[in-house]
Order: sequence, then structure tokens, then C-alpha cells
Amino acid sequence: MKTVLKALLGSAVLAMAAGSASAATLDDVKAKGHVQCGVSTGLAGFSAPDDKGEYTGLDVDFCRAIAAAVFDDPKAVQFSPLSAKERFTALQSGEVDVLSRNTTWTISRDTALGLNFAGVTYYDGQGFMINSKKLQGISSALQLSGAAVCVQSGTTTELNLADYFKANNMEYNPVVFEKLEEVNTAYDQGRCDVYTTDQSGLYAIRLTLSSPDDHIVLPEIISKEPLGPVVRHGDDQWLDVVKWVYYAQLNAEELGVSQANLEESMKSENPEIKRLLGTEDGGKLGADLGLTNDWAARVIKHVGNYGEMFERNVGADSPLKISRGINALWTKGGLQYGMPIR
Amino acid sequence: MATQQTIAEGAAPRVPLLYDPRVRGIAYQILVFVGLFAFVYWIIGNTTANLQRANIASGFGFLQGRAGFDIGDSLVAYSSDSTYGRALYVGFLNTLRVAILGIITATIVGFVIGIGRLSKNWLINRICLVYVEVFRNIPPLLVIFFWYFGVLSVLPLPRDSIELPFGSYLNSRGFYFPKFLWGEGAGLIALALGLALVFIWFVRRWAAKRQAATGDRFPVLWTSLGLLIGLPLLAFVVTGFPLSFQFPALSTFNLQGGIQVRPEFLSLYLALSFYTAAFIAEIVRAGVLGVSHGQSEAAHALGLRNRPTLRLVVIPQALRIIIPPLTSQYLNLTKNSSLAVAIGYPDLVATGGTTLNQTGQAIEIVAIWLIVYLGLSLATAAFMNWYNARKALVER
Repeated sequence: MKTVLKALLGSAVLAMAAGSASAATLDDVKAKGHVQCGVSTGLAGFSAPDDKGEYTGLDVDFCRAIAAAVFDDPKAVQFSPLSAKERFTALQSGEVDVLSRNTTWTISRDTALGLNFAGVTYYDGQGFMINSKKLQGISSALQLSGAAVCVQSGTTTELNLADYFKANNMEYNPVVFEKLEEVNTAYDQGRCDVYTTDQSGLYAIRLTLSSPDDHIVLPEIISKEPLGPVVRHGDDQWLDVVKWVYYAQLNAEELGVSQANLEESMKSENPEIKRLLGTEDGGKLGADLGLTNDWAARVIKHVGNYGEMFERNVGADSPLKISRGINALWTKGGLQYGMPIR
Repeated sequence: MATQQTIAEGAAPRVPLLYDPRVRGIAYQILVFVGLFAFVYWIIGNTTANLQRANIASGFGFLQGRAGFDIGDSLVAYSSDSTYGRALYVGFLNTLRVAILGIITATIVGFVIGIGRLSKNWLINRICLVYVEVFRNIPPLLVIFFWYFGVLSVLPLPRDSIELPFGSYLNSRGFYFPKFLWGEGAGLIALALGLALVFIWFVRRWAAKRQAATGDRFPVLWTSLGLLIGLPLLAFVVTGFPLSFQFPALSTFNLQGGIQVRPEFLSLYLALSFYTAAFIAEIVRAGVLGVSHGQSEAAHALGLRNRPTLRLVVIPQALRIIIPPLTSQYLNLTKNSSLAVAIGYPDLVATGGTTLNQTGQAIEIVAIWLIVYLGLSLATAAFMNWYNARKALVER
């Protein structure tokens, strides 16, 4: 009897050890041939399927940039649409390799949740949207006491909302849904007076309402919402890859390297551009990252620099028409600052 | 195998050990038990190791932390300063509320529809049939969505509220009705009500005894009703009408004052009640049909009229057939209440989900969910089993 028990326990211990191995996400990704990327269930400009059923948006393009750097193929991505509630569990459990889903960088997510943020692809802030036709005379969030507020559950938005109304001694009536589409429907049908989420989200959602022109976004911004890609804690190599794909896009914009002029840039004699694009003799920056030396050139070739990615998805070339604002490069008065590639 | 030999040493040696069914049975049971134990041990060990490796905090300490989010619908005092534990408790009470009210309503509607299905009146019969077939064949989530989005889009904004009698209002923010404000001396009314209930109990006992002894009947129902209404009314007059109403009134965004029943609760409650009622109706019909026709014929032969026959002969026997499947419908209703998350009713799954997201304690929260739903279901089942034992055929 005891021998059987021992044998079973022994094998259990072995299986346990086997189960807790493998943290090298980059090797896993290379082995399976695609990046598994967690995106939102549909937020125009960030991640939403287009009329051909293909995912587009800023968050989606960033996933494609990672795939381009690793595989030289922006299509080597598989997307997992995740609700706000599901996203961290999906990343923690290894269901997705990277979470690029307008997720706010906070200390508790960095620590208690066991995650690492790789950068801030979009600096945002929380705002309020109301139906100006039904609620005439309201021009400030401070007039909203007593309102029913639609909000998505499990977001920093929900917490900021509670803090803001408390700090200003106002009452409100939270109407909380798990899925973005349910919040949209409820707001559109008049269940709430106010919709609150990140301002970029408000502009995107306004386009999907039944009469977009009736709705206005109030001027107050009540929080800092730095949105960026997230990876699991404890895999520094993969964190480096994700982080430097983002910095490469920023540096490319700063150096004037774009999808359009990549051919010429490859022949450039500027040492900074040569280091970025891996055309330098004997350079091994890419190899140190675990990729090829032309990794950044691949990103620019397939996805473009940060500015191109921004304008295409949320900026002037998109229906959202959001201005660069604080998302401009640091050289132009914004906050986007690419760490030096050298 | 070593196990079987050691166990079988003391057994009678006539049958070869390997073929002794008793020894075999015990050996298999031990094997399965050990396997199960090892599996659970492995799962727990592996999970702990993985959590530690990923730097994810674990344990139930997070329940003491400040929640930071608000809950729209709460039966107890709650604010964003309350703890996560309190938030889960609020969700639990909300689940309990919708489950209990839903079970009561579903039972009443189900019995009415089930009896209606047996009616000889063609119209009533057909209406009940259509009801059962429609609700039974639609997934509960769709019924909930119908009540929520379908009904919500019809209702007007607060400033165009539909006015109902007694100062009540209906709009897309919910159903509002006046709040009772009890003044001084209201305790006396409650006391009178309690007293009436005690009297009724004694009257019933006395009447039953008297009928058993003398055969005379006493109008218990009318006496009880008189006591139930008369005594509190007397107290109400004596204390000088200590009741006022707080009527809901329109403010910028909403109706203020009075009591608000939010549309999320209303639609979930109605959807679950009507959905489950369809199943209960079929169970009731089956139960009544399951009582042999000879029983009612015998009752008629003894001179009982239709109503006493139904009340004293058919229904007590039908209940024996009805109660066991009814229990599983009650359990279904309680479990289906977790669909609340789709329409933003803050039940245990919704508040737990938010807590899960803010703290990242997935395993702990899911464990709490499992334990609470298991506990609720087992408690319901235990109650129904007790009731079933009371109603079961007593063999003498």
C-alpha cells in the first residue's frame, strides 16, 4: 500500500516540476510560428474587426509590429478578443503572449497581478460623454450630481469614477456592465445619463451611437490613463522585445524613417539610422535581443513608425480624427520619448 | 500486486485472492481514492508553484482591502470605502434576493399556469400551452435580454415618466414608489400583528381539536382574517395614524426620494420567474395527471364535491410527485441568476468579477463563487428534502 502511495506521490511531484517549467515566451512564440495577442472585443481605432473581418487599430498594429519583428510577417498574429474582466487572467495563464488592449498602467497591476508594462502606446485620460439634446445646459462634469453613469466593470475607469464623485461630494448611480457592447447599448437606449471611459474611447464609441451628433464629450479629464502593451512578469527577454519594438517605432519617427522612405533610409549614412535599421557593419543589436539584425526595419516595412500607426488608426487619416496632443514626440512638445538605440 | 496480497492475508483461502470479489472491490476503491488524492495534491501544488513563479499574490487577505468601486443596488450600507469582502457580501445578498423572490413568483405563476393547462376551458388551456411552449424553448439569457433591452427601450426618460396610481412612477431608471415613513408608536402596530399571528395559531389548534371531538366546524379563515387585519388596525388608530409617505419627486437627472426598483433587478427577476414558471407548470401538470383517476372518483363516491376533492385528495398526492423535480427547478433558478452579469445587475458574480479584476485573485474569487453557489444549492435542496419528507406517504 505504502509503496503505491509513494510511487503516485513521486510521479505527482515530477509532473508538478514539469508543469512549472518554460518561461521563455520568445522561444515559445518562435516555435508555434505566431504571436498570440489579447485585444479588446471591439473598440474603434484601437482594436476592432473591419468589414472584411480583419482586426485593425492601434493596439492591433502594435501586435503586428511584434510579429513583423519576430517573423518578418505582420500576419503571423492570432487575436484573442478579451473583456476587461478576462484580460489579466488570460495573460497570467499564458493564453496570450502579449496583451495589447488599451490597458492602463498602474502599480497594483505591475506588482500584485504579476504583470509588466512595456511602454505607453497611448497617453489617455478619463472623460464623460452626455446626450446634449436630452440634457441641455450641462457643460461640466461638476453638474452631474445624481446622474446614472454607465461604466464597464473591472476597469480603472470604475475606480476613478467613484473617486471623482466622492472628492466633489456628488452622488451618482453606477450602471455597470461587463462587456463594452452592453455598455454602449444601455447608454444608447437611455439607461444612463452619462457614459464614462477613456476620452479616446468616448470618441470611438460616439461614432457607433444611433445619432452621434447629439452627444458631447465634457471638457473635464479626471485621470491619467497611460495605455500600453502588457506581458507576464518574470520573462525579461520577451519584455525587452515588446519594449524595443515600441521604442524602435518612436525612434524611427524621430529620425524621419517611415514606411514610404524605407528603401532610401536603408542606404542612409546617418549612424543612428544605420543602428536602428541594422545596416551597420558588424552590428549585433538585434541578435542581442534574440531577433535578427533587421528587426526594426521589418517593423517599419510592415507597420510603419509610431506617427504613421497613430494617424492611420486614430488620427487624421481615421474617422476618429484625434489630434496627437500629448502623444506627439517629445521633440514636438508631447510625451512620446524613444529610448536610444545603441 | 503487493497491495492485494497484504490485504487478503486474513481472508478465507478458498477463492484465489485475485478473484475474490470483496478483495477486488476494496482494492479498486483504494486505488481510485489514492489516485484522486494524488491528483488534487498535484493540482494544488502545481498552482501554488505557478503563482509564486509568476509573482502573483495569493491568499484571502485581499478581502480586507478597500474596494474603491461603487455598487448601484445594495441592500446594506456600502460605499467605495468599504472592503472587498463587503462588496462580495452585497453581491451575495443581491443574488439571494433575486433567487428568493424569483422562486416565490415562479412557484405561484407555475402553479397557476400548470392548473390552467388542465382546464377544460379551451381558451385558458391554449393560452397556458402557448406560454409554456414559448418560455420553455427560449434560452434564459435571451429572456433576460428581452426584458432588459426590449422593455427598457419602450420606457421613457425620467422627466417623461409614466405616472401610476399611489404616487408611483415608471421610467427607464426603474419603478419608483412612495416610501413608508413610520412615526412614533409604530412598534405597537408590529406588536399587534405578532399578537394576531399567535392568536390565529391557537384558534386553529382549538378548532381542529373541536372538530375532531364533536364534528362541528368553526369558521377559522374568517376569524383569522379578522384578527390579522383588525388588531393592527386597532393599534394604528390608537397610536394616532403614525404613518407618512415620502413621494418620489423629479430632480435634474432622476426621481429623488421614495423607493427605486432598478430595471436591472426588475428584468432579471421577471425573466427568471417567467422562464422557470414554464417548467414548474409542466411539473405541476404532470403531478396532477399522475394521481390516478380512481382517487377522485372514490372521493366523489364518498360525497366530496369538486373543490374538496382537489384540495384534500388530489393535491396532497400530486405534491409527492411534484416536489422532487420542483427542487431542481429552484436550484436552476438560483444558478441562472448568475446571468445577471449580462445586464449589469450587481450579483455575486458581477461584484466578484470586478473584485477579481482589481485584485487579480482569480483562484480565490472563483473558489468563493463555487462555495457560495454550492452552499445555496445544498441549503435549498436540504429544505426541499425536509419538506418532501413531511409530505411523503407515511406508512402505518
